[in-house]
Amino acid sequence: MAIARTAAKRISNNPDADTSRFAGAQASRFTRTLRHLLLITATIVMLYPVIWMLLSSLKPQEEIFSTGLWPESWTLENYTNGWNALQHGFGRFFTNSAIIAAAAVIGNLASCSLAAFAIARLRFRGNKLVLGIVLLTIMLPYHVVVVPQYVVFSSIGWVNTFWPLILPKFLATDAFFIFLMVQFIRSLPRELDEAARLDGCGPFGIYGRIILPLTVPALATTAIFTFIWTWNDFFTPLIYLNDPATHTVPIALSSFLDSTGQSSYGSLFAMSMLALAPIVGFFIAAQRYLVEGIATTGAKG
Amino acid sequence: MATRTRPKRERSEYARKEARAAWLMLTPWLLGLALITAIPMVASLFLSFTSYPLLAAPTWVGLDNYLRLADDPRFLAALGVTFRYVFISVPLQLGFALTLALLLNRGLSGMRFYRSAFYLPSLLGASVTIAILWRQVFGKDGIFNDVLALVGIEGMSWIGNPSTALSTLIVLNVWTFGSPMVIFLAGLRQIPREYYEAAAVDGAGRFSQFRRITLPLLTPVVFFNVILQFIHAFQAFTPSYIVSGGSGGPVDSTLFYTLYLYQRGFTQFQMGYASAMAWVLLLIICVFTALNFFGSRYWVFYGDEK
Repeated sequence: MAIARTAAKRISNNPDADTSRFAGAQASRFTRTLRHLLLITATIVMLYPVIWMLLSSLKPQEEIFSTGLWPESWTLENYTNGWNALQHGFGRFFTNSAIIAAAAVIGNLASCSLAAFAIARLRFRGNKLVLGIVLLTIMLPYHVVVVPQYVVFSSIGWVNTFWPLILPKFLATDAFFIFLMVQFIRSLPRELDEAARLDGCGPFGIYGRIILPLTVPALATTAIFTFIWTWNDFFTPLIYLNDPATHTVPIALSSFLDSTGQSSYGSLFAMSMLALAPIVGFFIAAQRYLVEGIATTGAKG
Repeated sequence: MATRTRPKRERSEYARKEARAAWLMLTPWLLGLALITAIPMVASLFLSFTSYPLLAAPTWVGLDNYLRLADDPRFLAALGVTFRYVFISVPLQLGFALTLALLLNRGLSGMRFYRSAFYLPSLLGASVTIAILWRQVFGKDGIFNDVLALVGIEGMSWIGNPSTALSTLIVLNVWTFGSPMVIFLAGLRQIPREYYEAAAVDGAGRFSQFRRITLPLLTPVVFFNVILQFIHAFQAFTPSYIVSGGSGGPVDSTLFYTLYLYQRGFTQFQMGYASAMAWVLLLIICVFTALNFFGSRYWVFYGDEK
């Protein structure tokens, strides 16, 4: 690291250092074009399968495997057929998924932000230990607790209800988000708390009036990731939701896949695309929080 | 610091209030830790030493489940499949992530667009939709074979062939390189540019800049990504379930560890056996993480951090 150290020394003697440009930006026009070509090709290769599925879902069934990428005739019949292809309509499955995801988002926001504020800002004995346990539980595979959880939840009659999927979120079990918010809250100036305290704010007042409004970026990241992970979750609903009326969208897709032959791939693709729509929608609306959110936790980890 | 100048009594009174509030705020977390995590963990450890068919009470069998695991050909197959999946796909995934992060970090115009385009698959990768898509892409009539046909190679069902089925799932995991890429990008941006400028003044070329500045300063981020992605990959479930229709086939070639655990625990309701499998998985992850932390001493560079 000799270079880095001399570098640091040099900088302190060189007031002009900030104004000079980054080495990489000086590449010639040729290499720049080459890089763009490479990146565009990579983008197309990566997204091609998804685009293929989207366009296939808009073709008449018999065209899917016989024509090129672009549909010769456009149709929405796969969507209307697929919507009611199973015993219950997909409206039911989307509602189920939405209820579970919304409850999970609310649960995680409330429980994780409270825990994070206590860990990041309040002085109490065992503070470090609590944070240590939070970090440990991030690594814990779900499978180590799933069997006894299932035994308990089924013995109190919660199989085929949403409770086993929702309740844990209100008990701050997604430790990853606690960690994310602790990191974020720690980066806020402490003087704010002190000032609020001098004005007579208690810990709950500081949490609600000072910290929470400033934590919006971390809360947004938490909300979006919770939504996406819950929406995609397959393992937990597969275990707990056996009654078709309670199925979520991924489970419904899986049983659609089992029951379908080559003949109704169009509708299977159509419903699969609808299942992605909310995720892609959130992604487009909130990329900033997603990408930056991941970036801050990553950089601090 | 305002606190220091305050009278002592008022401070300790506030300290008590603060501690009380802290535990109150931690109550949901404490309940979750006890009811959802700690007690079930202890219970599953106990159950792993029992035979428990769910409808009858558990009976103590000692180490029986663990001994049976060692002789269970499907368990050994699942272990082999999972290890191959993890140890091939994660290095490839991180390799792609690092390469593209370096490429994107060159101050290119349109960087945000590329970053988003590469990141999107990592949000979709775990979904049932993408697993269904993968069945299609690598099936007999899939678009992968269409591409091969362009260069005159006759394709086959890559999903249906036991010697290639796992590779398609490895490709799926590599496809989700976007999230480690974003973390790499954030790490790259924290390296002070001045280092590169000074190195350039000293006559260091691009390559030696990369080797002596970028790589060492990025090792903590590499380490973080390795841990995260390995733990993640060990627990992959959805792709193997959907692609194989829940069987892990053909010939157990996509039987992920978690899928076999699911079959034992939740289709055959052998809760004791499934619990033993869960604890072996935890052990594997712990050993792996510990080795990583231990090994990090030799390659992770923390020198310039405050």
